[in-house]
Amino acid sequence: MHSRNPFYILVAVLFIVGIGASIYRGVEHNVPFLPGKQVQSWAVEAKVSFQGTGEPAEVSFSLPQDPAYQVLVENASSPGYGLTINHNDNDRRAVWSIRQALGTQDLYYKVTLVPTGHTEISATQTPAAPEAYLWPATEQAAAEQVIADAWARSASNLSFAQQLMASITEPKRSQNVERLLASQTPTQLFLHMLHTKGIPAHKVSGLYLEDQRRRQPLSPFVEVFHDGQWILFDLIKGKQGRPQNLLLWERAGHSVLDVMGGVNSQVNFAMLQDTRSALATSIDMMMNNNALDFSLYQLPLEEQSLFKGILLIPIGVLMVVFLRVMIGIKTSGTFMPVLIALAFIQTSLLTGLIGFLLIVSCGLVIRSYLSHLNLLLISRISAVIIVVIGIIGVFTLLSYKFGLSEGLTITFFPMIILAWTIERMSILWEEEGPREVMLQGGGSLMVATLAYLAMSASWVQHWVFNFLGIHLVILALVLLMGQYTGYRLLELKRFKSLAGT
Amino acid sequence: MEFAWPWELRQNGVLNMNQRNIDYIGRYNPRKFYKRVDDKLITKQLALANDIAVPDLIAVVREQHEIAHIPERISSRSGFVVKPAKGSGGKGIIVITKVDNGRYFKPSGHEISLSELNRHVSNILSGLFSLGGKPDVAIIEGLIEFDPVFEGYSHEGVPDIRLIVFKGFPVMGMLRLSTAASDGKANLHQGAVGVGVDIASGKGLHAVQFDRQIEFHPDTGKKLTDIIVPHWESLLHTASSAYEMCEMGYLGTDMVLDQSKGPLLLELNARPGLAIQIANGKGILPRLKHVEAMSSHSMTVAERVAYVKTHFTG
Repeated sequence: MHSRNPFYILVAVLFIVGIGASIYRGVEHNVPFLPGKQVQSWAVEAKVSFQGTGEPAEVSFSLPQDPAYQVLVENASSPGYGLTINHNDNDRRAVWSIRQALGTQDLYYKVTLVPTGHTEISATQTPAAPEAYLWPATEQAAAEQVIADAWARSASNLSFAQQLMASITEPKRSQNVERLLASQTPTQLFLHMLHTKGIPAHKVSGLYLEDQRRRQPLSPFVEVFHDGQWILFDLIKGKQGRPQNLLLWERAGHSVLDVMGGVNSQVNFAMLQDTRSALATSIDMMMNNNALDFSLYQLPLEEQSLFKGILLIPIGVLMVVFLRVMIGIKTSGTFMPVLIALAFIQTSLLTGLIGFLLIVSCGLVIRSYLSHLNLLLISRISAVIIVVIGIIGVFTLLSYKFGLSEGLTITFFPMIILAWTIERMSILWEEEGPREVMLQGGGSLMVATLAYLAMSASWVQHWVFNFLGIHLVILALVLLMGQYTGYRLLELKRFKSLAGT
Repeated sequence: MEFAWPWELRQNGVLNMNQRNIDYIGRYNPRKFYKRVDDKLITKQLALANDIAVPDLIAVVREQHEIAHIPERISSRSGFVVKPAKGSGGKGIIVITKVDNGRYFKPSGHEISLSELNRHVSNILSGLFSLGGKPDVAIIEGLIEFDPVFEGYSHEGVPDIRLIVFKGFPVMGMLRLSTAASDGKANLHQGAVGVGVDIASGKGLHAVQFDRQIEFHPDTGKKLTDIIVPHWESLLHTASSAYEMCEMGYLGTDMVLDQSKGPLLLELNARPGLAIQIANGKGILPRLKHVEAMSSHSMTVAERVAYVKTHFTG
């Protein structure tokens, strides 16, 4: 007897690859593990407006580049304007241009964003030390004193920034700070003081996302580099860290909006929260990232829905293998129950069961007449097939006349399979009597019902289509069960008399 | 109805369906020899070539147009059996025990018309009873005049003796007796009585019907464990030599005792059922393992029969 190790290695490989591929799908592509899961998305509209002076105008507007939000769809509408989108290292800008702009000009940029959960911003390399800020002579002494105070009370970049923020935002500020704030905003002051000490920091513009808000401005923040991460400071609220629902719109340290050839430029934002299917969202994202290289989502919708049906068959087959090998249920025709179960998916269970019983019992009656005719097997089966089609036609028409729309789904039954079922049942009836017909027919219907229940569960349908790795796991299970030499459940009953010692 | 624990059955060496398929049929029965067993016509020819007695062949019907000639072939007979060459599980077998002026009667006294008989043969040729529905041939055999020693033990049908032969060793045997419930058929799942017999002596040990132990034949009331199968030695020889004949390691041999010709080989089965264990009231695995553990033997048929008679008794 040869070693079974290669077999078990194969099974293990199938298991690991199957589960690994499924987890990769779920984690990397954000395909939800449960069906019907919803994600929040934000639709944000930025409106840039300015007064044209009749000169050529060029508007450069920064676009969101935030690891915590992924862009699903974006578009810019701006009649008459040329539009280009520039990508720099960590900066994206939309540039609108027109030869002549006169009067009020409105430019719109719309984006749909999905939270990714990556709220921490890490830097790949330590940024260069910033240039020190040159304090005006009148402020230098005050500034240096504030910096020295904070420096003395801190141990690291982070704690220095915390101390600075405290001294700028605390309600009873020192006179030095008050004097400095006369000419600078708190955010600017904070940034300049950090730069004086050579600490990497830059200004960030953020947008608070709140449902159904209009005419919202951007809020200023400062990002301070500490330990490979950028930490966000809000000098207006005096808070450190990233607030919920904050979208970082501009974090390259450039201006948000530059307008040439216009005056009174301003930008404001409107936003709307939306929920959409997590699955559709992740498919859209994969589409954006060209990650769909080899996937069923590429197929046209019609083929996709075909595959949704086909990919259920392994589940039904697994069920049949389990019920036959582990339980020991007899069925008429090995995989007939799977095909019947597939038909049940179209017809729904109760209609399917009634339809199946109606067709088979009518078929049996007609078949019993055919058996008197002394026909060759091939002709008899063919006759049964035609009769089955006739029965299905009659039932469909009848249910239509009576207004039973459920009856119309009866056409989903596989006719050849039904014909063979009728033929087998009929022989069984003649040879073994009605009891065996009930037994095997009931067994087949039970297996079909169980296969149907497994195949119609919405999470099963979700998994077999969206996590193709699961089919490798099913294959591994089927292979494993093919090696099972233990007792079937019903054998435990059958051999009960041999159990005593 | 209660369930046994798997380890209880394991402990008693009960062979199950999955293990039979994987560890015995799959391992010891080479695919290429299956037709020697599945086709009763080939089995018959092989048996004759190996000097194993079989029921006499009256006719073989291979084509639909030959059906018309059946009456002339059987005209001189008082009874005959029609069976499909590739049938399984006793399907498609019709036994005619009385022919009276063109009227045919089953053992139960039911009449079968000639057209019904013709239709049955036609069905056989179409493959209705063969594995996978393949076209088949019909065999018409002479009736077995069954040995009167079984008088009172069987209802209508012929009792047959099933022996499981593993690598040439008859390891377990049972006698199958038809009953009213089984309609004269010797299939256990149809209600025939199975009597486990001692490999050494051919004496009845234990009897079951519908998987339940019984003591007396349900129709005749005779005590079943009193049976002693005659010609036992010769039956063991026939079964054992079937191994050389078809080269299947795990084999079921079905034999009958004819009053004048003695033991006849009815058919061979490459997938013998597991009910023989219930009829014997014991698992077959210990004996199979015993034979498997024997180093490659080159025993003759007589040596093997002698071996099993000393080792597999009781």
